[in-house]
Amino acid sequence: MPAITLVEAVTQALAYELREDPRVVVFGQDVGVNGGVFRATDGLQAEFGGARVLDTPLAENMIAGIAVGMAAQGLRPVAEFQFMGFIYPGLDQMLSHAARLRNRTRGRLSCPLVYRAPYGGGIHAPEHHSESTEAIFAHIPGLRVVVPSSPGRAYGLLLAAIRDPDPVIFLEPKRIYRALRQEVPDNGEALPLDRCFRLREGTDITLVAWGAALKETLAAAEQLSAEGVEAEVIDPATLKPLDIHTIIDSLEKTRRCVVIHEAARFCGLGAEIAAQINEYAFDLLDAPVHRVTGFDTVMPYYRLEDCYLPDMERILAGVRRTLEYPA
Amino acid sequence: MHKPRMHLVASFDIAHLQYLDEQGRATQALPDFATPDALQAMYRQMALARLVDDHAVKLQRTGQLGTYPSSLGQEAIGVGTGGALRRQDIYCPYYRETGALLERGVEVAEILAIWGGYERGQDFRHAPGDFPLCIPIATQLLHAAGVAFALAYQQRHMGAEPRVVVTSAGDGASSRGDFYEAMNLAGAWKLPVVFVINNNQWAISVSRRAQTAACTIAQKAVAAGINSLQVDGNDVIAVRAAVSDAVERARAGGGPMLIEAVSYRLCDHTTADDASRYCPPDELEAARAREPLLRLARYLGHAGLWDSAREEELQRELAEIMERELLAYRDWEPEVPTAMLEHLYATLPEPLLEQYDELAAMPPPTGAS
Repeated sequence: MPAITLVEAVTQALAYELREDPRVVVFGQDVGVNGGVFRATDGLQAEFGGARVLDTPLAENMIAGIAVGMAAQGLRPVAEFQFMGFIYPGLDQMLSHAARLRNRTRGRLSCPLVYRAPYGGGIHAPEHHSESTEAIFAHIPGLRVVVPSSPGRAYGLLLAAIRDPDPVIFLEPKRIYRALRQEVPDNGEALPLDRCFRLREGTDITLVAWGAALKETLAAAEQLSAEGVEAEVIDPATLKPLDIHTIIDSLEKTRRCVVIHEAARFCGLGAEIAAQINEYAFDLLDAPVHRVTGFDTVMPYYRLEDCYLPDMERILAGVRRTLEYPA
Repeated sequence: MHKPRMHLVASFDIAHLQYLDEQGRATQALPDFATPDALQAMYRQMALARLVDDHAVKLQRTGQLGTYPSSLGQEAIGVGTGGALRRQDIYCPYYRETGALLERGVEVAEILAIWGGYERGQDFRHAPGDFPLCIPIATQLLHAAGVAFALAYQQRHMGAEPRVVVTSAGDGASSRGDFYEAMNLAGAWKLPVVFVINNNQWAISVSRRAQTAACTIAQKAVAAGINSLQVDGNDVIAVRAAVSDAVERARAGGGPMLIEAVSYRLCDHTTADDASRYCPPDELEAARAREPLLRLARYLGHAGLWDSAREEELQRELAEIMERELLAYRDWEPEVPTAMLEHLYATLPEPLLEQYDELAAMPPPTGAS
C-alpha cells in the first residue's frame, strides 16, 4: 500500500463515498476537470462523471445555498470552497439555514452536508488565502467543525463528516496537505467525530493543538522530551462540539495546559478551552492555561507570516512559562 | 465626431399576460383549466387567505400573536402559484405566502403557530417536503436551485418521477445577489425550478422604483439566460396559467423560468410597520380598485356564477373553518424548554447534556403570548 499525503487522503475518502453512496455529489469551483486548485478532487470527475462531480459558477454564497437544498432533498452534497478566505459570502447560508433547518422544522428537514475548505497560513499565498477563522464557525449552534491533522485522520474524519446527519465544516490544513505521508487503507472505516485524539502520551504538561499547528507542537514535544519533560499532545479534531473530557482527563495527570492555534487569540478556540477547563477542572490546575496563538491582527502578507504563526520557539516558551509557574 | 459602427448581438422582449382586466372582463379566451368550479375554488382560497390574514393581524393587535406579514391584495399570486404545483412537487416559500401555503395543504393553525412563536408550526403535516417559511431575503431561491438539482438528479440517476420546485420572493429580493446567483445556476444547469416574484411595489418602505432602474423585474432573467414573463398579479387566472405552464415545461426538461407577478401591497409590511409613513394614499386607493378578489368576483358575477347569496354562504363556511383553526392555535401544545435543543442535531452531542438538563429543570412558559 503506497503512503499518501493528507490531500490524497481527502481524495481517497471522497472517491470511496462517491463509489459507495449514490446520493453523494461533489461540487465547487474548479473541482471538475481541473481536480481542484490543490488537486483534492483530482480524477474524481473522470471516474464518477460530470453529473456527480461538478464545476459550479463562481459564487460562494450560491455554493453554500444550493447545498442546503440538495441535502434537504435527500442528497449528500460535499461542497468545496477554494480557500477559507473566500467562504464568507456563504456564511449567511451556513449560519441562517444549514445550521438551523433541522431545528426550524423540528426535525422534518435536515442538512446532511459537508462544506470543505483549505485553511491556515504558511504557504506564501496572496492576501485572503491564509485565514484561520474556525472560531467563527464553532460559535454557530447546529454546525460541526472538524479539522484533520494527518492523512489517516483526514480520510476517517471526512468519511464520518459525509455520513453525519448534520452539517459539517471540514477545514483542511493546507500547510500540511503534503507535509507527511502515511499508509491509509481505503477500507471505508470512519473515525469518530466529537472525540479528541491523544497523539502523544505524557505526564508533565498537556498541549492542545489542531491542524497544521500540530506539526510544531509535536516537534516541541520531542524537544521537551529530550530535556526530560513529557508532554501529552491532544488533537481535538472536532472543534465543535468539543470533547473537553479527554482534555480534563489529561489534566488529571499533568495539571498544566497550553493551547496552541494559528488563529488570532481574542475569542479564539483557546479561550473556550481555557474557560471550560476553569469551569470543570479549576482545582486540578497548578498553573493558568496558557495560549500560544496567532496575533490579534490581520493575517500578514507572506513576508511576515512566519512571525505570525506559532513556531516551536514560541510554543517552547509558553510551555516553560507554564511549567515554571508560579516562579 | 465619428460614430463607430456596431452591430446588435442581443436584444430582449418582455411579455405581459392578463386574462381579466380591472373590471373583471375577460381580455381573451380563458385557459382550459378555468372552469366554473375551478374559478370558484380559486376565489374561495383567496377569500380564505384574506380571512386568515385579517384574523392574524387582529390576533397580533390583541397580543395573541407575534409580528405577522399579511398578504392583503396579493392573494392571487399565492393561490395561483400554489395551485400550479402537483402534490409531490416542492415549494420553497418566502414569508408572505398565505394563499400558497393554504394551497399546499398547510393548516391555518400551523401558519398562526409559526408567527405565534412555535417552530413546530413549520413542521407542515400535509406538505412534508416543502421548505419552511424563509425570512432572510432571497436566500430560499438558492435552496430551490439545490432542490431542483436534487430532483433532476434523482430522476436521472435514481429512477424518481420528474418533479419541479417553485420558489417565491418579493420585489426587494430581486436586488440581492442570491436572486441572480440562483437564476444563473438554474440557467447554466437547466434546472427544473420556477422563480415567482411577488412585485407588490414595496420592500418595507422602499418603493419598486427606488429598488432598481430596470423597468421590469422579469427582464433580470435575461442576464441569466433563462425565460421570463410578467403577469398581472391581481389576475389569479393569469398567475395560475403562467406558473402552470412554467412548471410543466420544467417538468418536461425545459429548464427554469422567472415569473414577475405585478401586484400591490395593500397592507403594512408587517404588523410592526406603519405604511402610512411612506405609502402615498392616492396610490393605495388606486391599487385597491385593482385587487384580485373583487376582480374575480366581478367576472364570476358577469358570468352568472356568483351573487351575494353565494358570497354570504362562502363567508359563513370560511368563518367556521377560521373558528376551528383559531381554537387549534389557542390549544397548540406548548413548547417545553428542552425543545430548543432537541432538534439542533440529529442526536444531542454529549457536551450539550448539561445545558439540556438546565432547560429540563425550568418550568415551561405560561400560556401568555
